[in-house]
This record gives sequence, C-alpha cells and structure tokens, in this order.
Amino acid sequence: MARMKFLCDADRCIECNACVTACKNEHEVPWGINRRRVVTINDGLPGERSVSMACMHCVDAPCAAVCPVDCFYTTADAVVLHNKDTCIGCGYCFFACPFGAPQYPQVGNFGTRGKMDKCTYCAGGPEEDMSQAEYVKYGANRLAEGKLPLCAEMCSTKSLLAGDGDIIAEIYRERVVTRGYGSGAWGWRTAYGDTVTV
Amino acid sequence: MLRTLAARLPALALALLLAVGLVALAAPEAAAQVNPRDASVQEEQLLRALQGGGAVAGRVSIPDAGAANLIKPDNKGWASIQGTTLRVISVAAVLVTLAILAVFYAYRGRIRIDAGFSGRLIERFNGFERFGHWLLAVSFVVLAVTGLNFVVGRWTLLPIVGEEMFGTLSGWFKIAHNYMAWPFMLGLVWVFVTWVGRNLPRKVDLDWLKVGGGLFTPGLHPPAGKFNAGQKLLFWMVIIGGVGLSYSGIIMLFPWLAATPADWQFWQVVHALFAAFMSVVIFGHIYIGSLGMQGAFDAMGSGKVDENWAKEHHSLWVEEVRAAERASGTKAPASPTPAE
Repeated sequence: MARMKFLCDADRCIECNACVTACKNEHEVPWGINRRRVVTINDGLPGERSVSMACMHCVDAPCAAVCPVDCFYTTADAVVLHNKDTCIGCGYCFFACPFGAPQYPQVGNFGTRGKMDKCTYCAGGPEEDMSQAEYVKYGANRLAEGKLPLCAEMCSTKSLLAGDGDIIAEIYRERVVTRGYGSGAWGWRTAYGDTVTV
Repeated sequence: MLRTLAARLPALALALLLAVGLVALAAPEAAAQVNPRDASVQEEQLLRALQGGGAVAGRVSIPDAGAANLIKPDNKGWASIQGTTLRVISVAAVLVTLAILAVFYAYRGRIRIDAGFSGRLIERFNGFERFGHWLLAVSFVVLAVTGLNFVVGRWTLLPIVGEEMFGTLSGWFKIAHNYMAWPFMLGLVWVFVTWVGRNLPRKVDLDWLKVGGGLFTPGLHPPAGKFNAGQKLLFWMVIIGGVGLSYSGIIMLFPWLAATPADWQFWQVVHALFAAFMSVVIFGHIYIGSLGMQGAFDAMGSGKVDENWAKEHHSLWVEEVRAAERASGTKAPASPTPAE
C-alpha cells in the first residue's frame, strides 16, 4: 500500500497561498482555522524560503500518543485522522504536534476549544466515505475517489507534492540533481524520521 | 588654485584607482552573498542551530501569529513524557500505594481503642472545620478521578465502555474537572485558615515521629496535641500540593496565561506529578481515617470523638480541652450515649 506523505520544495514555493485557499474552499474550513499555511523563513533576506505546512501525517504521531480519549487512528495509507465525536477539545494534540497542525474553532470559558480540526490529507474521517455527514465534519474525501490532496493539485509551481512517499521523494531528488540545489525535505526528519538523500 | 589641483592630481588618480580596485574585488563577493542558492537555508542547519528548545519560525500572512512556527521538534519530547512517562508514574503511584496499604492492614489490622469505647464524647471538630474539610475532600476525589481519566482512561475505561460512550463520559469528566477546581481552591483556603495555627511544628512532634507514631507498635501511644506529627505533615503536603495543583491548573484553565506553549507544557507536567503525589498521600489519609483506625471517622463524621480514643491518640489535646473546661467552669457539650 502507498505510504502517503507531503513534500514542499522550499526552493520552488512562491508563497502564492493557492494551497491554503484551495484547502479552505474544498473543505469549507471554519473561520479562523487554517489547515494549511505558508511560512516564509528569512523574509526579505538572502536565503528566503517559503514552506507550505499542514499536518505531516507522521510516523508514530505524537498527537495520537497524547490524546486522552484516543480519538486518532491511522489508515492503511498511513494518513493520520481523528474522530471529532470522541474529541473532547482538551488541546493536548496541539502541544504535542511539532508542526502546529491541530486547530480549534472556539474560544470559550476555561480554555474550551471545541472539536479539534486539522488537515485530513483530503481523506475525510470515520464517517461513511463521501457522505454528507463526513463532509460537514471533516471536509471532502478525495482519497476515496482516487484523487490526491487538492493543495498539491492546485500548487502553481508544483512545489507542494503529495502522494506515496517514495514516489515524491524520487521526484524531488530528480529536481535537486537537475537544477543543482535543494534545501531538503522540510519536516521529514521530524515527521518520518528519515530524509531525502540526494 | 589650478596649480594645487594639478599637484594633487596624481594622488587623486591613485586614490580613484585603489577605490575601483577595491570595488572590483568586493563586487563578486557581494554578488555571491546575495545569491539565494549559496545562502540557501537547509532544514538540517536550522535544526542543528536550535540545539534544545526553539522553533523554526518565519512570517505568515494570516492573523494567527502562532502559525508562524514552522517546526518545533521539542514538542515530541513533551508528547512522549505525557503519553508514556506520566502514565507509568500515575499508575505506579496508585497501585504501589494500594499495595502498601494492603500490606500494612494485613500486618497491623484495624487499630483498635485499647481501653475500649468509654461512652463519653469530646467535640473535636466543629461544623465550620468539618465543612471546610468535606468541601476539600469531595472536590479532591472528583478532581482525582476525572483527572486520572485524562491520564489512564484510554487504557482502562475505553476498552470497557467503547469509544462513543468513553468520548461522551470524558467530555463530562473534563467539564467536571474544570468546575470542581473552584470549590477545591475554596476548600484549600478554608482548611488553611482554620488549622494553620494548630499545625505548626513542636518539640513533641519530633518525639512522636521517632516512634513512628506507634503505628507499628501496638499499645504504644506517644503524646500528641490536636494534630499529631503525621497529621501536620499531611496538612503541609496538602497545602503545598494543593497550591501547586491550583497554580498549574489555573494556567491550564486559562492557557493564555502561559507565556509560551513550552511553559504550558512545563506546568502540565508539574500538574500531573503533583496530582500523582497527592493521590498517594490522600489514599493513606482516607485509609487511616476510615478502615485503618477505630473511632477516627467520628472526628469528621459527627465532630465528636470517644474520650478513650482521644486520650490514646491526642492526649495533650484532651488535657487542653479539660483545662479549658475547668477554667471556664463549664463542661464541654457532649452526649453520654456512645457514638455508633
């Protein structure tokens, strides 16, 4: 089975935020929540890099490790999803995630946050595939249709790659070899414990 | 004037030449410096530069400033402390304490009143004192149970009741935990104000501790005031533990009070460790006040204890009460029927 990963080629990302917009639109993400965001390192300085970041769907996901109600699960494609019905909005997953992927829609008393929301790799949730219930809670399920995440599909420069980890690593490797430079697969060592060697 | 300029011309020309030469030398370096490929920042470099604590951060165009943190690998450290270490500590604390109490009970049994019930009662705790104690006690038990669910619930309760029920229950437990915190803090203040004067260390406490309070020696009853050394130790552990739990708890109730997410993580770990410690202490307290010692529960139940029990365990306090009675010329109110 495929082992799904994201790879953002920081040398190609032009900070257009098409990935952010595509995701928000496709899944009707609530106000204030950004499942995907673009971070610009060294803005205005030599070596400026932009990286598109969302949930990395880690190996041994730390969010799943700390959840008090065990609402996370990993699919056969290695996509890390969670159950919003079980989620109690305690916020632990946010503090565990190295990438800041979990987000919460509410600001209430005593730190009440509402149900956690995050990038689903366009794979929906535990509800029935492509049902209305699934769409309302988790957004579109593109993986069930055999499609890849919309953020990567909409990327204007094809800097954001999504798909089987080995395939996108190979694509990135070829790019680095051809053009002669590359700043590496951002977040891969933290998320998957390995990196793309060129 | 022209002559001065002419005289200076060679020097000027030399200076110009040097300047051009310097610029020519510097230019390729400067150009190389702004070459984005050469100055390319690698993830490996940045992670090495972090060296314990810190995040790879940049600029985002969305209002959420926290989103500017790109990668914070240290969060995985907290995740493993929370997911593994704290769980093991909490479970061990509960199980080991229960085991120790079981062994002690097997060894010593229920500590009886050696002289038997006298049938005469002395008032030990008035309504004010008892209310504060029970406010603190009941809220602590609710907080401990709901808090323990956060730490071990998914391994203990979840397999029993299933995911849907567990999610609903845990949601209610979280609400209970958040709201019971306030009566707990009120009870803590109440208990402190009521009894701090009686819990200051005295010389007699040292002697009491030297013989272990007579816990391991049937028939041995070292003198003690209203509170013996063991109770004084409990008082201060409850106050310090309670304050620690309250402080860290408030930071978790209002997460923006923590300066950074790393601070929140620190106080969460503190909260869990203090909670494990307090559970150990309170298990012992509940044991000795109920099963462990005959006649002890009455102190908090009705507020009146049997005179023989009081003489054996708090002899100095009994003398104090009798002296006060003699001074005021009245007998302390007590019913002649045995407390049953």
